[in-house]
Amino acid sequence: MSNARTPFIVRFFSATGRTGWIAIALFALLTIVAVPVCHLMFQEGDALFISTFYVTLIGKIMCYAIVAVAMDLIWGYAGVLSLAQGLFFALGGYAFGMYLMRSIGLDGVYKSHLPDFMVFLDWKAYPWFWAFTDSFVYSIFLAIAAPGLLAFVFGFFVFRSRVKGVYFAIISQAMLYAFLLLFFMNNTGFGGNNGFTDFKRILGYDITSPEMRATLFALSSATLLFALLFGRYVVTSKYGRILTAIRDAEMRVMFLGYNPLWYKLFIWTVAAIICGIAGALYVPQVGIINPSEMATANSIEIAIWAAIGGRGTLVGPAIGAFVVNLSKSWFTVAFPEYWLYFLGLLFVLVTLLLPQGLVGLYQQLRARSTR
Amino acid sequence: MNDVTDTSKIKAEASASAPASNKNDVILEIANISVSFDGFKALNDLSMKFMRNELRCIIGPNGAGKTTMMDCITGKTTPDEGTCTFNNTVDLSKLSEAEIALVGIGRKFQKPTIFESHTVFENLELAMKTDKTVFFSLFAVVDDVMRDRISETLKTVNLSAHADQLAGRLSHGQKQWLEIGMLLMQDPQLLLLDEPVAGMTDDETERTGELFNSLKGKHSLVVVEHDMDFVAQLKSMVTVLDQGSMLCEGEMAAVQSDPRVIEVYLGR
Amino acid sequence: MLCKLQFRFFSPTKILRTAILLPWLAAIFSMPVNAELIEGFPLDPELVHQLNGDGNKAKTNAIKQLTLLATPEAVQVLTALAEDRLMIAGDSGEILIRMEGEKAFDATSGKEVSPVPEDMDQVYPNNRVRVVLNTSMSILKLFDPNQEIRLEAAKQIEDTGGADEMFLPIMDRVLAKESDSEIKEIITLVKAMIGVKSTDPAVRLSAVKDLGESDNPDIKLKLTEMTDPANEADSSVRAAAEESLASLEQKILIGETVTRVFTGLSLGSILLLAALGLAITYGVMGIINMAHGELLMIGAFATFVVHDFFRDNFAEYFDWYIVAAVPMAFISAAVVGVIMERTVIRWLYGRALETLLTTWGISLILIQTVRVMFGTFNQEIANPAWLSGSVEVMSNVNLPWNRLIIIGFAVAVLVLVWLLLNRTRLGLFVRAVTQNRTMAGCVGVPTARIDTVAFALGAAIAGLGGVALSQVSNVGPEMGQGYIVDCFMTVVLGGVGQLAGTVWASMGIGIVTKLVEGGLGAVFAKVIVLAIIILVIQKRPQGLFALKGRTAD
Ligand SMILES: Nc1ncnc2c1ncn2[C@@H]1O[C@H](COP(=O)(O)OP(=O)(O)OP(=O)(O)O)[C@@H](O)[C@H]1O
Ligand SMILES: [Mg+2]
Repeated sequence: MSNARTPFIVRFFSATGRTGWIAIALFALLTIVAVPVCHLMFQEGDALFISTFYVTLIGKIMCYAIVAVAMDLIWGYAGVLSLAQGLFFALGGYAFGMYLMRSIGLDGVYKSHLPDFMVFLDWKAYPWFWAFTDSFVYSIFLAIAAPGLLAFVFGFFVFRSRVKGVYFAIISQAMLYAFLLLFFMNNTGFGGNNGFTDFKRILGYDITSPEMRATLFALSSATLLFALLFGRYVVTSKYGRILTAIRDAEMRVMFLGYNPLWYKLFIWTVAAIICGIAGALYVPQVGIINPSEMATANSIEIAIWAAIGGRGTLVGPAIGAFVVNLSKSWFTVAFPEYWLYFLGLLFVLVTLLLPQGLVGLYQQLRARSTR
Repeated sequence: MNDVTDTSKIKAEASASAPASNKNDVILEIANISVSFDGFKALNDLSMKFMRNELRCIIGPNGAGKTTMMDCITGKTTPDEGTCTFNNTVDLSKLSEAEIALVGIGRKFQKPTIFESHTVFENLELAMKTDKTVFFSLFAVVDDVMRDRISETLKTVNLSAHADQLAGRLSHGQKQWLEIGMLLMQDPQLLLLDEPVAGMTDDETERTGELFNSLKGKHSLVVVEHDMDFVAQLKSMVTVLDQGSMLCEGEMAAVQSDPRVIEVYLGR
Repeated sequence: MLCKLQFRFFSPTKILRTAILLPWLAAIFSMPVNAELIEGFPLDPELVHQLNGDGNKAKTNAIKQLTLLATPEAVQVLTALAEDRLMIAGDSGEILIRMEGEKAFDATSGKEVSPVPEDMDQVYPNNRVRVVLNTSMSILKLFDPNQEIRLEAAKQIEDTGGADEMFLPIMDRVLAKESDSEIKEIITLVKAMIGVKSTDPAVRLSAVKDLGESDNPDIKLKLTEMTDPANEADSSVRAAAEESLASLEQKILIGETVTRVFTGLSLGSILLLAALGLAITYGVMGIINMAHGELLMIGAFATFVVHDFFRDNFAEYFDWYIVAAVPMAFISAAVVGVIMERTVIRWLYGRALETLLTTWGISLILIQTVRVMFGTFNQEIANPAWLSGSVEVMSNVNLPWNRLIIIGFAVAVLVLVWLLLNRTRLGLFVRAVTQNRTMAGCVGVPTARIDTVAFALGAAIAGLGGVALSQVSNVGPEMGQGYIVDCFMTVVLGGVGQLAGTVWASMGIGIVTKLVEGGLGAVFAKVIVLAIIILVIQKRPQGLFALKGRTAD
């Protein structure tokens, strides 16, 4: 009969079951150790060699998976379908992209201190919001702060006026659209249509070197695992239970004395930050960031990753991100004109036939076989 | 029921600001409130007083405005005119729903509202009187004192056997009880109960009546009901609402023989 | 403005005056130009010979003199010069007017010369001369009985700015006889523009004052120049220029605002046409149809198909393809709507977020299908001739016909939809089903069929929107995606289930967008409108016009 609180660390570990930890350990071993090692130690032609193409592809998809986990936190658990996650992802990418642009130094086409697109616009100095972006640490901070702040402010106003459900989805899409338009303009200071590209180095190291690629890959994987564990902890805490309670019966929660505003705002902001971090990891791996990341289609696609994997399961959406994006890269090579048909059908069939997603299907099948 | 707030280390939010000893003071005063929905007057210059630790029943035909009155007290609806004052000092119109709950007003909805995808136990856990901020919830744990308190409430509302069942699976009457249980966990000074026994068997209704009678004296209760036998069982003051105004007030027997009441119930 | 227009057309006294003053000039212009010469010659031989004189100066001077005469003979000679029919006889050196049927007339005496001399050279006006000649011809056209030709000529004189001080007397004559106020305005303006160059301060002063009467934005520069002491020495002229400038700027501002409000209204009607279908599928049925933009696109492509069909098969009726496109677009979008509803949406009633995702999927499929059928690029659609052109309301306000017609079309569709929903049995059923499906089913409403019909109706109206869009924007497979956010914003702002709300919202969004656009550019206008909508939703989460109902939460 002790009143003492269970230590945080114990609760953290108990949030994920034993099989969960084993899976996490295996995944970590594979992606943080095995893949980078195979990429660096073996040569083209070796059986264990993993090509640049696959390292980049999987690294990129892991960034998407992080976004999918964030999507699950707000959609699966808080019931808030956001169609603006692509915006936070892109903002994180742009924030880190600013650092990457500045570390090009004098190696640009115009041999100027300014990025080529600014030279092209005949600008003489960096605009104010580029201040300090030559600092690696600051740009990482910015990749967290910019999406976080935007999400906080937007969320505060929207949640305060109790906009939810479909309304929220539509309004978030409107915000996304507004930013898309802004970033498309040349004089916003983000390179307009072309965005940022032709990066050269991070912290002085060549950005295209195998070592850098392996490092970014491992970092993406670690971040994905962290996002999963963090999410797991949050949703199994009392906070997580209140969140789902708000999703199911917001009135009741309010009359119990909880203010749903802060509960939603917290997870919404956190999800935006997670997306921002994913964006910051994504940009150096693909070598480009432009406004097309903010296209409405991209953000809606994130929702389908989550739906395919299984909402409210955290791992599910990550799996969904892998399934959809791997099929995308296969389709766009094998049958480019059928990709949209496939994706469109996926949207239709998953919502109609697979409301619990792949993870839900697996659970059902297992429940049936054990019975 | 033992009062947990004394023993637990949990900080209670803005709780009892008035002396609990004075048995005759007013816990809630409704003064001249009016509410209209697109021109339709749901409440019309309604004034009422509820005493501390009193049990009060409110009856009235459908659409009399009983639920709307509760909406005004709990902040769900903002009255066009008039004020609701809690504990003589707190102007409820200035507070949000959550703040009103934290001051010590609990409410059961007419349609039972519980968290269907949580277990019965979790429902009670979430209702418990604790710090309700995000930060606290992130790190909150259920300690043994709370566990005891939850199982006690489970016993009170007769749901011990269902503790780990999903609340969505409960029968209608059990859901009503769960919601009452959640209210008890909240430990409010004033309980507003909107049709608490709708959908219950006679047996369950009687048990609920006993429960309310036992709460009398420790909490203030306002019970809205259509079930006259149940109201009679509570042996309390009865207020009759009709068309958004108070029709009459008094003992059950007196009210039932009042010709105006008979008229509104049968006349039309 | 409108009053002015009517006054212009219906003033009987003016028409009468014109009729009495100008019969003779009317006579020249109404006769076939190159058949016979009419009486009235001879002309001053020296003047005529100067047309072939030495140097441009002599030639242009002669042209101007002849213009000032403005007699039928002078007109004949100048016309001949302009039409390359003025010849010089090689032997006699006489100036001749060549006429059809190998005839020639002496340009001085007007007598026929026969036989036609073998050896003739053309009196060739070089480009410098031709500029003056063109101005002269335009000025002479100001005496044409046809008002349209006169107006055209006046505009031409104004645009080229070729008239100079020499022409002032004839312009006074024009002003004295002209009945059309628009032509008068232009000529006054031209005169004033000439006048400000005068060396006489008094002339400049009156010219500057005249300029102030105008509402032509092009004059602003000139007037601004005249307020500067460096360009204008006389202080009273400068003061008058200031005054005129102020009044001009005000008129320009009014004109611009009117134009913006109008383009705002037309943008609003396009939005309305685009969003009206959504107001039914989303507002009434609660389906988040993300493929709504694609239904617009299908309407536009139906128009495109009809367009091509007419061009290839009924070229003579080509201008009316749009009329045939309306039912085509309506039907094709409705068919797609029926298929969507029957196969997918039927299973998702009451699950708004799910409909959002599935219909998005459908939109991808539709886009890809259209790409496969028609290609990825934008299609060329020619507007019918009767849709081009514009109505001039003020000199700086032109209302294009296609926009006016779209506004009218939007109103018509709106009225139809309203009648359908509020005055027919179908509308009654639709409203019943959407308010309480089970109950409606119990009282015998065929709910499933009503759902299909209602959804198809929403889709069909989107198809109509597509017809309108095809006339003002690109027609391509992705065109719908650009509209979806706007459509939803419109419906959300107006309040779900409120046709009136949708109307106000679309017009409001249209006008605000265009007003802001003038100052800040299109992108910021859009961003600001989105921000405003988000703020409005703050205050009125259910939209501007939603009823405060029990269903509100
Ligand atoms: N949000 C609302 N919008 C429109 N009308 C409302 C709203 N809330 C209540 N009303 C109307 O106000 C009147 C009073 O409603 P209320 O729910 O308070 O009655 P009640 O006394 O609780 O009835 P019952 O015994 O049926 O529960 C009813 O006519 C109802 O239709
Ligand atoms: Mg009620």
